[in-house]
Amino acid sequence: MLQVSIYRYNPEIDAEPYMQDVQVETGGKDLMVLDVMELIKAEDETVVYRRSCREGVCGSDGVNMNGTNGLACVTPLSKAVRKNKLVLRPLPGLPVIRDLVVDMSLFYAQYEKVQPYLQNQSPAPAIERLQSPEEREKLDGLYECILCACCSTACPSFWWNPDKFIGPAGLLQAYRFLADTRDTATDERLARLADPFSVFRCHGIQACVNVCPKGLNPTRAIGHIRNMLLSRAT
Amino acid sequence: MGAFGSSDCGGGGLDMVTSATTASRTGLYDWFIQRTSAVILLAYVLVCVGWMLANSGFGYTQWSGLFAQTWMKVFSLLALVALAGHAWVGLWVVFTDYLTERMLGAAGKTIRLLAEGASVIIMLAYFVWGIKILWGL
Ligand code: SF4
Ligand code: SF4
Ligand code: FES
Repeated sequence: MLQVSIYRYNPEIDAEPYMQDVQVETGGKDLMVLDVMELIKAEDETVVYRRSCREGVCGSDGVNMNGTNGLACVTPLSKAVRKNKLVLRPLPGLPVIRDLVVDMSLFYAQYEKVQPYLQNQSPAPAIERLQSPEEREKLDGLYECILCACCSTACPSFWWNPDKFIGPAGLLQAYRFLADTRDTATDERLARLADPFSVFRCHGIQACVNVCPKGLNPTRAIGHIRNMLLSRAT
Repeated sequence: MGAFGSSDCGGGGLDMVTSATTASRTGLYDWFIQRTSAVILLAYVLVCVGWMLANSGFGYTQWSGLFAQTWMKVFSLLALVALAGHAWVGLWVVFTDYLTERMLGAAGKTIRLLAEGASVIIMLAYFVWGIKILWGL
């Protein structure tokens, strides 16, 4: 029997959040953490979490498992469980709506700030804006982000200033458009990032890199943005 | 350094972030101050330690002789400026992480401004004191 301790909070009933202990029969199989959550929900349907694709594509089931953020659907028990115990908490740093569901408004607001869409005022060519394979390659490791928020909610700088520091996820997308040869708003984009918080609150401790379920590297992207800001100013 | 006035990094808003209490008003220059001052301080420590190793068994006369030379005075002054700049940027970051409205409620802004003001005064005092020691003014 796997010992699971799960964060419970229903603001309509509970005065405070609490941890609920549950035993789950895994049948000795190396299930994914999401499977365990489904087993728990089958017993107690009041347990609430987000999920959709169950295969690491939609980014909706980011949770904190034994202290580490990740997608429950692609995290096997063999990776998450320690000493037969699994502690499930909501992603840290964001307001909890209920149980494992957090309010992502601040996270999305930061994403919105980087204007995550292609900007190019020149008339569109007849078919499409072309890129060479090398130019396209620059977007690898950036476009794959599924906005699960595992990284930003693992970042201390984002915990302290979620309204001012864009956070690793937003900055990865900021760089995705800075690096795109078809985008012509580079200077405006950089100007909006030059203040002491948006980019420069990153202290490079790489907590974001360690948790990204897609294996992306926001710290490196942030370094590229910093270099772009530096060459723009010199 | 330390253009010190009302801080406008109030909580809640998501607009462009500016702040009257940063050293330079852009993150880039704060970052630049932090890096260059770190390099100067490192060089200063290396030179001092290196001198000590090269002059083992030195006494007060040699030590004060070192600091009597103009290059050392200029270097020390540079290190002093670097230290003040480094400390200010570092403390400003710490204060705006932890002494915020988010952490402390409405009093956060006042507490932060007091802490920032106090550290500016302390750093200026050390700076003036350092000059007095170096140049014997
Ligand atoms: S490297 Fe930067 S963005 Fe990533 S966790 Fe650390 S401070 Fe946050
Ligand atoms: S960078 Fe990785 S961890 Fe961060 S939101 Fe994107 S996919 Fe999730
Ligand atoms: S449920 Fe879609 S990523 Fe896990």
